[in-house]
Amino acid sequence: MIEIRFHGRGGQGAVTSTELLALSAINEGKYAQAFPSFGPERRGAPVMAFTRISDKPIRTREQVYAPDIVVVLDPTILQIVDVTAGLKKEGIVVLNTSKDEATIRKTFGIKAKLAIVDATGIAMQNLGLPITNTTMLGALIKATDVIEMESIEGPMQKRFGRIAEKNLNALREAHSKTPKTE
Amino acid sequence: MGKKIGIEVSIAVSEAVRAADVDLIAAYPITPQTHIVEHLSELVADGKLDAEFVPVESEHSAMSLCIGSSAAGARTYTATSSQGLALMHEIVWIAPALRMPIVMTLVNRSMSGPISIWNDHSDVMSERDCCWIQTFAENGQEAFDLTLHAFKVAEHPDVLLPVMVNLDGFTLSHVIEPIELMTQAEAGKYLKPYEPTMRLDTKQPVTMGGVGIPAVYTEAKKQYETAITASKKVILDAWKEFGEVYGRKYKPIETYKTKGAEIVLMTMGSISETAMTAIDLMRDKGISVGLMRFRLWRPFPLQEFRRAVKNISVLAVVDRAISYGSQGGPVFMEVRSALYDQEVRPQVFGFVAGLGGRDVTVDMFEDIVSKASKYAEKGKGPVYEMIGVREK
Repeated sequence: MIEIRFHGRGGQGAVTSTELLALSAINEGKYAQAFPSFGPERRGAPVMAFTRISDKPIRTREQVYAPDIVVVLDPTILQIVDVTAGLKKEGIVVLNTSKDEATIRKTFGIKAKLAIVDATGIAMQNLGLPITNTTMLGALIKATDVIEMESIEGPMQKRFGRIAEKNLNALREAHSKTPKTE
Repeated sequence: MGKKIGIEVSIAVSEAVRAADVDLIAAYPITPQTHIVEHLSELVADGKLDAEFVPVESEHSAMSLCIGSSAAGARTYTATSSQGLALMHEIVWIAPALRMPIVMTLVNRSMSGPISIWNDHSDVMSERDCCWIQTFAENGQEAFDLTLHAFKVAEHPDVLLPVMVNLDGFTLSHVIEPIELMTQAEAGKYLKPYEPTMRLDTKQPVTMGGVGIPAVYTEAKKQYETAITASKKVILDAWKEFGEVYGRKYKPIETYKTKGAEIVLMTMGSISETAMTAIDLMRDKGISVGLMRFRLWRPFPLQEFRRAVKNISVLAVVDRAISYGSQGGPVFMEVRSALYDQEVRPQVFGFVAGLGGRDVTVDMFEDIVSKASKYAEKGKGPVYEMIGVREK
């Protein structure tokens, strides 16, 4: 089972990311769960949301405390939340930032595997908005192969309708610009 | 059988209500509601479900309207949670007294004071004694299946009582997971159209909701009690038939690895799945532990429960609600009471966990089992214990 934790701010679509991911995995014939961290919903406040993906039925309802993958939608979150808390030893952090890897490691002391992409820049260009949830899905898929690229298209079309293509473009651009983690 | 699709559990419940082809839905669409009635209102507005959707002005009115609708012979549904159920409370008692086969999904959320919208069982336990049949779902598929089962049982001429299907707020209601849905045609193999035995009809007038003067009130109460006790046979038959038609089997008490287990956990609702994972991990460490959970809470499955605990020496009951100033959680107290006059009975220890949305974790179950084991060895423990309280 792979456990993924998304960090973002209320309104940035972290919950939507986890849902699209789970729907794609279920379409691949896998088992998956997506759920938010249940707190008061406030725009701008730090939020978490989770996805579990497994080849076998998932029999747990607790929150994700030891994720395999952490996705950070908003770079400013790093200053207030320890996003690597509980991250598994071989865990991966997929991070939205315009800074380079060395600076991030030095500033925030992150030792885990890191895949970085300037998702805000990509989102601004493709969507005209600093909403990075769909962009970061592209980065996540590239960095971790947690689902196939083709699987995300159906759920994206269904969720976003006429703005799906713009979001898919942002997702594809992030996919091409994100390095594969070893 | 159909394919499992990824869907939010609340939406899946609305799809079950659609599959049941209800005639009327009454709901008050504000927090603490869920997507269940939101999606139903869309289905009705889009012409995908031929039903009346009435957005009433309060939950009190929702249940009042449900009674009127059911009395007219319509298949009737509503959903609510916590404070909404509390506002409904007065009329919740009237539905079974009028023998109205209403189906209600109760998305379990904590009762406020302090203000809370999160998950526990304090709402349902406040309505424990009002003669509704009460079942509990552990996952989205069960929430779907139990909704169809609820209509089948409620409308059976030998029952004619309302049914409350409980599912945990957030930890179930807001989760996306794979669920197999059914169309009305597929559901129709199991659930036939409602044929009321008696209804409001100007050509054949009847009185519904008469005054229970002291000369008849006691007899009426006795009849309700007889009716809900007798409903168990229909409940079990309806589960059996469900298994025959769709292949998914349900029992009033479900067990997991209880055979030969030294300690058995008792739960209700979605924490049961987390408990199973905890049990697998503990068994890997050589701890002999199993799980038992109530799927049917009202009527209380007394014989099944006594049979299920026959060879068990230690029971650790995990309640999601507390009865202030008593002996702990409602489930624990009933379980102990059910065992009092048994010659051979397990030691029973009560725990209260997961109040107001506090996450119930694998670690918590390990803690509970280790405590129960210690108390069992000593031969006694505290009357009951709250788990995970920060006191410093």
